[in-house]
Amino acid sequence: MTQSRARALLLTPAALWYAALLLLPLAVVLIFSFGERSAIGGYAPGFTLEQYANLPARFAAFRNTLTLAPVGTLAALLIAYPLAYFLAIKVTPKWKTMLLVLVIVPFWTSILIRSYAWIFLLGGHGLPALLAAVGLEDIRLLDTPFAVLVGIVYGYLPLMVFPIYVALEKLDLRLLEAAADLGTPPWRSFLQITLPLSMPGVLTGSMLVFILLMGEFLIPAILGGGKVFFVGNALVDLFLQSRNWAFGSAVAVALVVIMLITVAVYTRAVKRFGAGRDDVGIL
Amino acid sequence: MRLYAAAVYAFLYMPIGIIALFSFSAGRSASSMEGFSLQWYGRALNNPFVMEALWTSVRVAFVSAILATLVGTAAALALTGMRGRLRATFDLLVQIAVMIPGIVIGIATLIAMVSVFDLINPWLEPVAGWTLSLGAGSLIGAHGLFTMSLVVLLVRGRMETLDGALIEASRDLGATPFGTFRQVTLPQILPAILAGFLLAFTFSFDDFVIAFFVAESETTLPIYIFSSIRRGVTPEINAIGTMIMIASLTLLILAQLLLRRSQTRKRP
Repeated sequence: MTQSRARALLLTPAALWYAALLLLPLAVVLIFSFGERSAIGGYAPGFTLEQYANLPARFAAFRNTLTLAPVGTLAALLIAYPLAYFLAIKVTPKWKTMLLVLVIVPFWTSILIRSYAWIFLLGGHGLPALLAAVGLEDIRLLDTPFAVLVGIVYGYLPLMVFPIYVALEKLDLRLLEAAADLGTPPWRSFLQITLPLSMPGVLTGSMLVFILLMGEFLIPAILGGGKVFFVGNALVDLFLQSRNWAFGSAVAVALVVIMLITVAVYTRAVKRFGAGRDDVGIL
Repeated sequence: MRLYAAAVYAFLYMPIGIIALFSFSAGRSASSMEGFSLQWYGRALNNPFVMEALWTSVRVAFVSAILATLVGTAAALALTGMRGRLRATFDLLVQIAVMIPGIVIGIATLIAMVSVFDLINPWLEPVAGWTLSLGAGSLIGAHGLFTMSLVVLLVRGRMETLDGALIEASRDLGATPFGTFRQVTLPQILPAILAGFLLAFTFSFDDFVIAFFVAESETTLPIYIFSSIRRGVTPEINAIGTMIMIASLTLLILAQLLLRRSQTRKRP
């Protein structure tokens, strides 16, 4: 048997799997998005752009996703950066591995259970009881955008810490020493050396978290109480409750398109940043 | 700085800690601690619905992880050192599978399978006497697709760091290609393959989003937990959650140890 035939043989099962359960389903969603809702629910063949024209009907879901996903990403970034900095630069090697593992451990446990835990912390006996003790009574936290935001920051924080840590770990500390010797104040060397050199990590982390947040459904379902819903929740509603497959497919296609555009913009940003990196080296 | 780090660690561990703590409560309330007891663990383990969901989850995770590991490893072996359009296509497929949100994979699989079954079943039923439907099979297929992509990434990564001289030496000494694979390549990539299996198993076991769409009448443990939460939180759910967290963590730590071993072995 020739090498190329052996290769083809080894690849065939994976190729069939991708064709049957990735390409075919994605193609079906695309085709269905141009179809119509059948009278008994489900899908009726057709070719119409009506479903796409109806997208504004789910404006609230897109708006929530497109505001809470970037806000959540930014919040995670702001919390993660100092921690990544601490782990990469301040911690002695002896503690480093253990502290890094401790960041990732929560991420390894089911997101369902971790989100559900916040019901206790944000519900009656938790944070609201603490706030009442200092005089702020009757504050409702559960089932609000705030609860969803806390849930998503909590859920995805580890994913943000790691890429930034990796970028900062590579940072040549001699650059900071040289800057200090030349009389640069720490805040300036942070802005001009540390931050630009850690940008690849910041971009990777933000991208990972943002993409996952765009498709989020579980956290709003558990902590948003049906009031704060994402595109993901709209999809569940359209496919499992209203059984409007054609419109649901159009919503799914729109979601994927928005994600693809984001990835394209991100890739360009990374390229541009890579080109600018030499300037930092000179500095 | 240290205080800040301590605060973030508290943020990361408090919710998990609360669940674990309340699971030992003796009282009926899920959101407070009243004495200490293990009764909720006992109740969870004696609840037939929980045990059935657990069995479904384990069965699905095991079969999908085995298939994903076999198919993914084969693909990774074929892809190593390969160039050209086929390689580029496969890289793209792996990327798409990892990047498309689980919810889209879930609904896409749901409507594609239901449509295909609707086409096939009228022909199949008179001949075979049974019909195709969603359930464990569709779960295994959808979970395996995602985890196979992870296995491909892991095993290919390991293959690319292998010392080519060992393979040449084995060939020069007259070993057949299969002999070389079994005695030289396989032992070196085995830790990565096992790590891939454990990751695949854990993903499938923990997954809720995809299962929510394609499981139909099958109830996996995450689906059981989700519907229980909707009816209200109970200490029993805390106990189940704590057990799941411990199980997932054990498997994933094992996977990490295997991966680390496969990386350090490179340097003799």
